[in-house]
Amino acid sequence: MIIFDDVSKIYQIGDEEVYALNHASMHIDNGEFVSIVGPSGSGKSTLMNIIGCLDTADEGTYSLDGQPISNYTADELAKIRNRKIGFIFQNFNLIGKMTAFENVELPLIYQRISKSERRERVIEALERVDLLYRKDHKPTELSGGQQQRVAIARAIASKPSLFLADEPTGNLDSKTGKEIMNLFHEMHAQGHTIVLITHDHAVAAQASRSIRILDGQVQEVTS
Amino acid sequence: MILQSIKMAWSAIVSNKMRSFLTMLGIIIGVVALVVLVSIVNGATSSVTDTISSMGTNLLTVNINDNKENPLKISDLDQFTADQNISAVAPSAQASVTAASSYASETTTVYGTTAAYADIQGLELSSGRFLRTTDVDNHSRVVVISSDVATDIIGRPNVVGESIKLDGVEYMIIGILKSDTSESSSSSVYEAYIPFTSLTRLSSSVSSEVTTFYVSAADEDSMDAAEDALTDLLMGRYGQDEDAFNIRNQSSIMETMASVTSTMSLLLGGIAAISLLVGGIGIMNIMLVSVTERTKEIGIRKAVGAGHLSIMEQFLIEALMLSLMGCLVGILGSWGIIEIVNIVGDTSYNLSMGVVIIASCFSMAIGIVFGIYPANKAAKKNPIDALRYAS
Repeated sequence: MIIFDDVSKIYQIGDEEVYALNHASMHIDNGEFVSIVGPSGSGKSTLMNIIGCLDTADEGTYSLDGQPISNYTADELAKIRNRKIGFIFQNFNLIGKMTAFENVELPLIYQRISKSERRERVIEALERVDLLYRKDHKPTELSGGQQQRVAIARAIASKPSLFLADEPTGNLDSKTGKEIMNLFHEMHAQGHTIVLITHDHAVAAQASRSIRILDGQVQEVTS
Repeated sequence: MILQSIKMAWSAIVSNKMRSFLTMLGIIIGVVALVVLVSIVNGATSSVTDTISSMGTNLLTVNINDNKENPLKISDLDQFTADQNISAVAPSAQASVTAASSYASETTTVYGTTAAYADIQGLELSSGRFLRTTDVDNHSRVVVISSDVATDIIGRPNVVGESIKLDGVEYMIIGILKSDTSESSSSSVYEAYIPFTSLTRLSSSVSSEVTTFYVSAADEDSMDAAEDALTDLLMGRYGQDEDAFNIRNQSSIMETMASVTSTMSLLLGGIAAISLLVGGIGIMNIMLVSVTERTKEIGIRKAVGAGHLSIMEQFLIEALMLSLMGCLVGILGSWGIIEIVNIVGDTSYNLSMGVVIIASCFSMAIGIVFGIYPANKAAKKNPIDALRYAS
């Protein structure tokens, strides 16, 4: 469950204060599939960084699963990301010299999970995205769609409370993009919370609910 | 977690073999320099001090430079033993002669001395006996030979009771010295000992005047007292002219030797340590490059939950592994070099365990010290910026 209460993020550019997020308030429940849509420069990335605990708000409170995320050290934020957030990036962000298996295993290593359980969970996650047969391949040996599926498996394996996808289909052709979106629908059907950030209205419309962000201000889209 | 970091560090090192090797090369050269130089200096030192101490550490050597018309005779030497700090005195003169038997002939150094010489110099016999006072008194033609003389000139090891010709004069062999196994040199030692009085007759270059003699102090503690007593007696004899003679103290020679060689190993070790330090800077340099190159990877790791310590540990272990692998290769290389030196130079140097331990500790310290800055730089990266970094 995500609650934004009057959250602002302010950047100092010269003498001027720029509100990347301007008193944003919103509410996302567990099990929801929400898209956040907005053009580039609208504050989307800032919003994603705050939701993903990569950054903290300057004003207002953001709480994740009832836990207010503020005044945390970088290490504490890392721990929260590790347990609660499953990132899916536009450019996949897999580590190039590691195999698909090792990439999926990575967050579990930082969760200090035992080797046998890690193996079990990695295999389970790769099965979910139908890529177990490519587990020993490196990202360069996989297609874009396959790389994104490995990235999704990485998120699944860490059993997060929130899947945070940033333009997950942005680098893919429409057919593979559709496959990835189907995967999100499946995950939603299984009860996972998904926040999908995009500038593509067609993609955004597939979510059960859409939130628009423009010039740092957040508003519900009524369809 | 440590195991994971070691695995990651290993794969990072292996994925860029050439660069890793070149980085390690600095440490390898430093370790080889340190271990080989110090091992060889230590080896040389111990062989020199062994030689000196085998001659006895309570030994004083006296040379008479100017007899002031008052030449020292063998019979005069007895007066020195009257002092309680002096236990024995033996003259020494030497000449080079041709030793021959029906089997072979070789140039041999012949020492003319008295019975006390064996004790003073710590000579040990493998068979027979050493010279006796009666041999000296009777100008006997008896000889004690080194084992090499027996095997190479006579042709057999055990030849007591047989005879050998020294410059054509027949001498009876009464004893054979033990061969010196501690000596690193393998070259043959052709030495023979005959009564001092016999040598004066055998060699025209040796007169009956004693110009060199050895004195042994009662024990090592009375060395200084013995030296003082000797100085007093000789000063009295030669009219207070301290340039007429000189006394060399075996233990002070050894102390000087020891301090010279320890300074030398410190100096060489220091130079080698500097090259190790330079190797460490090489590691830091490459680690910094590696951290920059892997900014994206660091960003991904941080996004999925790696903390400051995890990233730090990963890069620190990589630096440590580079330096320790370099150290290991360096130690193996040093061992190889020392073995080659031993084969080529016919010596017997050993890898000095002490310096191996020092080199290992030093390499480890270098890995940590020069790894901390790059590791900290990696760990401090902001995940948002690192993820955005275009690789």
